[in-house]
Amino acid sequence: MTETESAIPAGSAALRWQRATITQILARTPGIRSYLLSLPEPMSFRAGQHVDVRLTAPDGYQARRSYSIASAPEAGGAIELVIERLGGGEVSPFFHEVAAVGDAIELRGPIGGHFIWSAPSGGPLILVGSGSGVVPLMCMIRHRAAQRSTAPALLLFSAKTWDDVIFRDELLALDAADNGFELVLALTRDGIRRAGDYSRRVDAAMMRGVLARVASQPRYVFVCGSNPFVESASQGLIDAGIAAALIRTERYGG
Amino acid sequence: MTTRGFTGRQRTPDTTGRIPPGQSETHDFPVLSAGPTPHIRTEEWSFTLKVGPKPVKCWNWAEFNALPQTDVTGDIHCVTQWSKLDTAWRGVSIDDVLAAAALTPPTKFTLVHSFDGYSTNVPTADLIGGKAMVALRYAGEPLAAEHGGPARLLVPHLYFWKSAKWVNGLQFTAQDEAGFWELRGYHMYGDPWREQRFSGD
Repeated sequence: MTETESAIPAGSAALRWQRATITQILARTPGIRSYLLSLPEPMSFRAGQHVDVRLTAPDGYQARRSYSIASAPEAGGAIELVIERLGGGEVSPFFHEVAAVGDAIELRGPIGGHFIWSAPSGGPLILVGSGSGVVPLMCMIRHRAAQRSTAPALLLFSAKTWDDVIFRDELLALDAADNGFELVLALTRDGIRRAGDYSRRVDAAMMRGVLARVASQPRYVFVCGSNPFVESASQGLIDAGIAAALIRTERYGG
Repeated sequence: MTTRGFTGRQRTPDTTGRIPPGQSETHDFPVLSAGPTPHIRTEEWSFTLKVGPKPVKCWNWAEFNALPQTDVTGDIHCVTQWSKLDTAWRGVSIDDVLAAAALTPPTKFTLVHSFDGYSTNVPTADLIGGKAMVALRYAGEPLAAEHGGPARLLVPHLYFWKSAKWVNGLQFTAQDEAGFWELRGYHMYGDPWREQRFSGD
């Protein structure tokens, strides 16, 4: 927590709400969809940042949520948000049941200046995520690929089953391309289908095994998911010898 | 702009007048922090007052716990849009910390420091006059590590990132110096009633 990466310079203009348009909706897993949003004012952002989304009811009631950006900063045009349907929610059910291509959605951003990575910062880069916590990490992975970065990067992705692995085909393709990116899956309720994957929750022994696959000491470590996942994954990394100060976390559900 | 087809689940309006704009009430106590939760043993805990770079007073855990303690119940507001009402804290008010050090606030600005390297700036006037404390207990129990224990700052009238977890000192500064999140785009003051979330809000 020593490096300062100021994403929004102090004294900058207020983040303005803008009216984005849904251009595409993609099913990612049974409960998770991607929403591609085109912006009237193009947004310059850094991999790992998020936007705030605001929905307004006819009586003026508003609900806001923060969503990490999944698309690379280089993608241009639309940004991709990934929304998991949560029981009892009011925003995610709206997106899953009501929102359609062509709808206008208000958002503002980019927000966040700590959970970010840029290709010139280099690696090795250790990314640990569970469920939709993979989204800001996916943005970093796509940014790395778009920049043709040679920084070694490893994603340890915890999901319930093989079918819950968001971006699975894209991640498998990047892994197979052998460009310094490695994917490791930890499936908590499923058997493994690839050598080197795990069929259990993350723990310190797994972290030691994963870190051994990276040639040199990690330069950046990002952990994202639910609070219990972030706590156990971070502790596992610390037990495996990673300095606490190196680990950047983002927790959702808060 | 009305969002097509959105009605909202919660139709319970805020009758308390205690929920600031853009916030909604939670009954949980969500955990948010920039890094792993540090587990600080009270034997290695300390709290230091500094004027500029110069330490002027330091307490260990036992000494700090011997200072007069105050109970406060009130509402807290996180910039991630949750508010929690009637939270009960016990700790040492900043007034009592300063009195124990026989220190009159020497500057208008304070930088709050934590064990994990976190910092946040709060105007000195917002820390004194019963407005803030170093909290040691929450809801009758010692403060849990994930909520900032052994001790955290409590400045409930500002967004909760100002209430630094794992606090280990206050530093009086000549200028208003941005802390961890303030350097990363968050507001220098952070008044929830004026929705001062980000720089420029």
